[in-house]
Amino acid sequence: MSDIKKTPLNEVHRKLGAKMVDFGGWDMPVQYSGIKEEHNAVRNQAGLFDVSHMGEIRIQGKDALAFIQRLISSDVSDAVIGQVRYGVFCYPHGGIVDDLLVYRIDEEEYLLIVNAGNIDKDYAWILENQKGEDVQISNESDDFGQIAIQGPLSESILQKLTDEKLSEIPYYFFVQGRVSGIPCLISRTGYTGEDGFEVYCDAKDTEFLWNEMMQAGNGEVVPCGLGARDTLRFEAKMPLYGHEMTKDINPLETGLARFVSLDKGDFIGREAIAAMKEAGRPRKVVGFEMVGRGVPRAEYPIEKDGEVVGYVTTGTYSPTFEKSLGLALVDTKKVDVDDRIDVVIRDKRVEAVVVKTPFYRRSK
Amino acid sequence: MIKYTENHEWVRVDGNKATMGVSDYAQDSMGDVVFVELPEVDDSFTQGDGMATIESVKAVSDVYAGVSGDIVEINEALLDEPELINSDPMGDGWLVVIDMKDPSDLDSLMTEEEYEAFIKE
Repeated sequence: MSDIKKTPLNEVHRKLGAKMVDFGGWDMPVQYSGIKEEHNAVRNQAGLFDVSHMGEIRIQGKDALAFIQRLISSDVSDAVIGQVRYGVFCYPHGGIVDDLLVYRIDEEEYLLIVNAGNIDKDYAWILENQKGEDVQISNESDDFGQIAIQGPLSESILQKLTDEKLSEIPYYFFVQGRVSGIPCLISRTGYTGEDGFEVYCDAKDTEFLWNEMMQAGNGEVVPCGLGARDTLRFEAKMPLYGHEMTKDINPLETGLARFVSLDKGDFIGREAIAAMKEAGRPRKVVGFEMVGRGVPRAEYPIEKDGEVVGYVTTGTYSPTFEKSLGLALVDTKKVDVDDRIDVVIRDKRVEAVVVKTPFYRRSK
Repeated sequence: MIKYTENHEWVRVDGNKATMGVSDYAQDSMGDVVFVELPEVDDSFTQGDGMATIESVKAVSDVYAGVSGDIVEINEALLDEPELINSDPMGDGWLVVIDMKDPSDLDSLMTEEEYEAFIKE
């Protein structure tokens, strides 16, 4: 089919000796020095991620807010200019189209950040649901580069490169300013469970900015691949599309109730979600820790007392806790915290125990 | 004598005994190894059978028997120190010793030179 897509940093990754993989049609670094080392660098110091593959869709016009409100699960009406909101797009039956960030750029202008693998689907979804609203919709995904700097030292490193007072940007807010002289959108957001920033720039400036940030890090910032990005977000129980979110999973089941506003007015999927809230969610995502030896992986069945009660959505060895952990979508009534369950690993039942989540929460 | 499979296992032969492990190339592509599942002593395998499993942070890899025979020894050190596969794949990171049933199995494997060429492809 079509050629594999590359971010503006593709050559940089190769020069750094990254292992590259095909990630949803994108040629991306899965690791440089090793997932454990990169993971721990983000928890303790700082890591740099190329997230230029993410999609950017701009919606502007006098009905921009009303239009977005009709598509997204959360309430973005009270977001001020410079604020970011998280939410999901749902199908009428309540299943999830994608999760996204909404940046309020101006009175009548919003930038939506969507998953790389869903850009075409989301763009088509937005266009097909435009019902006479006065908005202009543009898919600008190819125009943007994006670098995430994450970890406790992120602010001090990035501050060396900008006059913007980073300490004054609260979580889920952004400013438009300059980093190393390059116009950027600097956002205090991330997908690792640590403090950090996501910096959006013109695609052509991405490589320069990456090198500037590496240099400013002066050995304290480590380039990180998608492998560490996954273990980091997993420990913080941040859901990933295709795992904790699919077209067959309702946002209430995956624990996104606080990003669903049933009283903000109608939106696509609202009725189905409200009905599930009323009836109770049939399934829920829980965390578990392996008691027996083995590593749980996505799609492995979960059993309790010999009966299948769900499946693993994400499982891995956790570098922070140095043990194997997993998230599973299970029958709400049959599984609770502290329950013993079995993970079926290559036809063998291996014991696990249901634990509270998130596994990791940073100390503020 | 040491020989290699196309699945990146190595087989070191001493008389009738064949010690097996995974190559440096294999450990490097797997990344940080966190768990190893080995067969038991006396288990028997036919060449090419799935015999062991190596889990890295990111993925699971199957290890296939390089030769047919019975397992006579397993590397129990790997249960507590699976990272030996990363640090010394050709030495302390060995997996099992097989009592070979048919030494002619080795004919189908690659020599070191052939393997070097194979991984460069």
